[in-house]
Amino acid sequence: MAETRFMKGNEALGEAAIRAGLQGYFGYPITPQSEVVEYLALQEPNHNYVLIQAESELAAVNMVYGAAAAGARVMTTTSSPGFSLMQEGISYIACSELPCVFANIVRGGPGLGTIQPSQSDYFQATKGGGHGDYHLIVLGPNSVQETVDHIYLAFELADKYRSPVMLLSDGAIGQMMEKVVLPDPIEYKPDKPWATTGKTPDRERNIITSLFIQAEIMEQRNLKLQEKFKKITENEVRYEEYKLDDVEYIIVSFGLCSRISKKVVDQARESGIKMGLFRPITLWPFPTKPIEELASINSVKCFISVEMNAGQMVEDVKLSVNGKKPVYFYGRTGGIVPTPDEIINHIKENLL
Amino acid sequence: MKPGYEQIYKRPETLLPKRMHYCPGCFHSTIHKIIMEIVEEWDIQDKVIGVCPVGCSVFAYDYLDIDMQEAAHGRAAAVATGIKRMLPDKIVFSYQGDGDLAAIGTAETIHACNRGENFTFIFINNGIYGMTGGQMAPTTLEGQKTTTSPYGREPATTGMPIKMSELVSQLISVAYVERVSCNTPANTRKAKRAIEKAFKIQMKGLGTTFIEVVSNCPSNWKCTPEESLEWIKEKALPYFPLGVFKEPAKEEVE
Ligand SMILES: Cc1ncc(C[n+]2csc(CCOP(=O)(O)OP(=O)(O)O)c2C)c(N)n1
Repeated sequence: MAETRFMKGNEALGEAAIRAGLQGYFGYPITPQSEVVEYLALQEPNHNYVLIQAESELAAVNMVYGAAAAGARVMTTTSSPGFSLMQEGISYIACSELPCVFANIVRGGPGLGTIQPSQSDYFQATKGGGHGDYHLIVLGPNSVQETVDHIYLAFELADKYRSPVMLLSDGAIGQMMEKVVLPDPIEYKPDKPWATTGKTPDRERNIITSLFIQAEIMEQRNLKLQEKFKKITENEVRYEEYKLDDVEYIIVSFGLCSRISKKVVDQARESGIKMGLFRPITLWPFPTKPIEELASINSVKCFISVEMNAGQMVEDVKLSVNGKKPVYFYGRTGGIVPTPDEIINHIKENLL
Repeated sequence: MKPGYEQIYKRPETLLPKRMHYCPGCFHSTIHKIIMEIVEEWDIQDKVIGVCPVGCSVFAYDYLDIDMQEAAHGRAAAVATGIKRMLPDKIVFSYQGDGDLAAIGTAETIHACNRGENFTFIFINNGIYGMTGGQMAPTTLEGQKTTTSPYGREPATTGMPIKMSELVSQLISVAYVERVSCNTPANTRKAKRAIEKAFKIQMKGLGTTFIEVVSNCPSNWKCTPEESLEWIKEKALPYFPLGVFKEPAKEEVE
C-alpha cells in the first residue's frame, strides 16, 4: 500500500528498492551512503532479498554482475571513491547488457576528498566512467520523494533497455529528512530468457560476456549498443521547466542545486529580473533539444549553469546551446553548497 | 559401432565438438573434459552454471555446453557469489587461473571462502600468466624463469610461491579443499573424483569447496608437453603437495 512517511533520503532509497521488488543488494559502507546498506540489513528478515556486505566495491559490482546475469533485480549503492572502484565492472555490465541499478550519493572529491555533498561525479556518471564507449541512463533526483520515484523508474528502465541505470544523488539529499509518499510494492516477476539460469533442452546455452575478440564482431556489439543509446536518447529525456515564459536569464541546474536555483529564480523575479530555471532530470540522455529550442528564443539573453563542482554539466549546456547564446557558469567545490544569495549576487554583479 | 566392439570411451556430448584454442598438452582441455563428464554422467546440464575468468580459459564457454558467465579479471568469485545467492539450487563453479585467483582476485577469493559461499572453485595453478605471454605468477616457483623474472624468481624481492589450498583451508567456513593434478591418468581420475565430491558437498550446502589443479603451460614454460609433466613431478609437486587439506565428515556428505 502507498504510505506517507517522514524519512531520511538514504533510508527512503532502501525502502523504495524493497518495494520495487529488490532481490539482491551488494554494497560496501561509505559515508554519506551507509544508511542504505544499514536500512536494508535491518529490514532483511521481513523480506526475500539477499544482502551481502561485500569486501569492497570491486566485489560488490561484480556480485551485481553475476546476480543480474542470473536474472535477478539487483542494486548497489555507494559514494564517489567507491563509484570509481566500480568502473571496470560497470563497463562489463554495460557491454554485457545487464539490467541493474546503481546509486552514487556523491561527496566532494577528488581523492578521499570530503564527506560533504557535491556534484563532482557528473562527468564520470554521464560520459561513461569506465573504459570503452558506453553510457548509463543517469537520473538526477532533487528530493527524497524523487529519490524514491527514481528508484522505481530506474528498475523499470533497466529492464526495458537491458541497461545499467544510476541515480546521481548527493550527500545532502541522502542525509536530509523529508515527507515522502512510498508507492505500492511491486511483485516482481523477471522475464529474462537470456539469463544464466541453467541450460534446459528447449534452448541454446546462455552466455553472458563482454569479450568479442574479433574486431568485426566487437564493432557489431558497439553498433548494437549505440543503436540502443540512440533509442534511449529519443525516448527517455526528462526535464523540468520553471518560470520559463518570457524568460531572459535561464539557470540550468540539477539535483540539490536545482532547488537552490528555484529560490534564486523566485528572488530574481521579485526584483523584476526575468529569470527561469531549466532542470535536467535525466543527466544522460541530456535534454539537448529543449535547451537548443530555448536558445533559439529571441528574448533569451544567456544561460547560467549552476553546479556543485568546478564546471561539468556546463559543457553539455554549451553543446546544446551550440553558440546561439552565451553560457556562463557558477559553482562551488569541495562539498560547499552555494546559497541563493551568493548565486544571485554573482549573477547581478557579473551578468546583468 | 561394429558388431563385437564395445565403446569404452567417448567425448561427453556436453563438451562441444570444437577445435580448442589451447596449446597442445595443456591441462585446460583435460579439466574441461572431466567437468563435462560429470555434467553428463549426473545429467545436470540444467543445474550447472559456470564462471570463466580472464586468462587462457576466458573462452571456456565456447566449449562447455552449459550456461556461463565471463567475469572481469580476478572477480570470478564475486560473480559466482552473485549467481549462487540468486539461484541457490544450482551448482555454480568458478574456473580460475593463478593470476586471476591468487593475485588480482585474492580479496574476492579469500572473502568468498570466508563467507562460506556455497560454490566450487576450480583453481588452475600453472605457475605462470599464460594468456599474456608467460609473466611471473604468485605461484611461480623459486628460481623459475618467466618473462618478468628472466633470471629466475627471486624470493628476496618477490616472495615465495603462494600456497592457496593451505591458505583457504584455514578458513572455518570452507568445507572442502583438495589439491590434485592431471599429470598422470591416475591423477586425472583423482581430479575428477575431487570435483565430483566438491559438487556433492555444494549440493548439500556445506560451504565453500576448493579444488586446486597443479597444471602446466608447455608454451610459456618453453618445453614439450612431456617435459612439462616431468617439471610437475620434479619441481611443482614437491612444493605443492597433492592431497586433501580439509573435508567434511563422511556422514555429512553421503
Ligand atoms: C584488469 C586487468 N588487468 C590485466 C589484464 C591482463 N591479463 C589478462 S589474463 C592475465 C593473467 C592470466 O593468468 P592466469 O590467471 O594465471 O591464467 P592463465 O592464462 O595462466 O590460464 C592478465 C594479467 C586484464 N585482462 N584485466
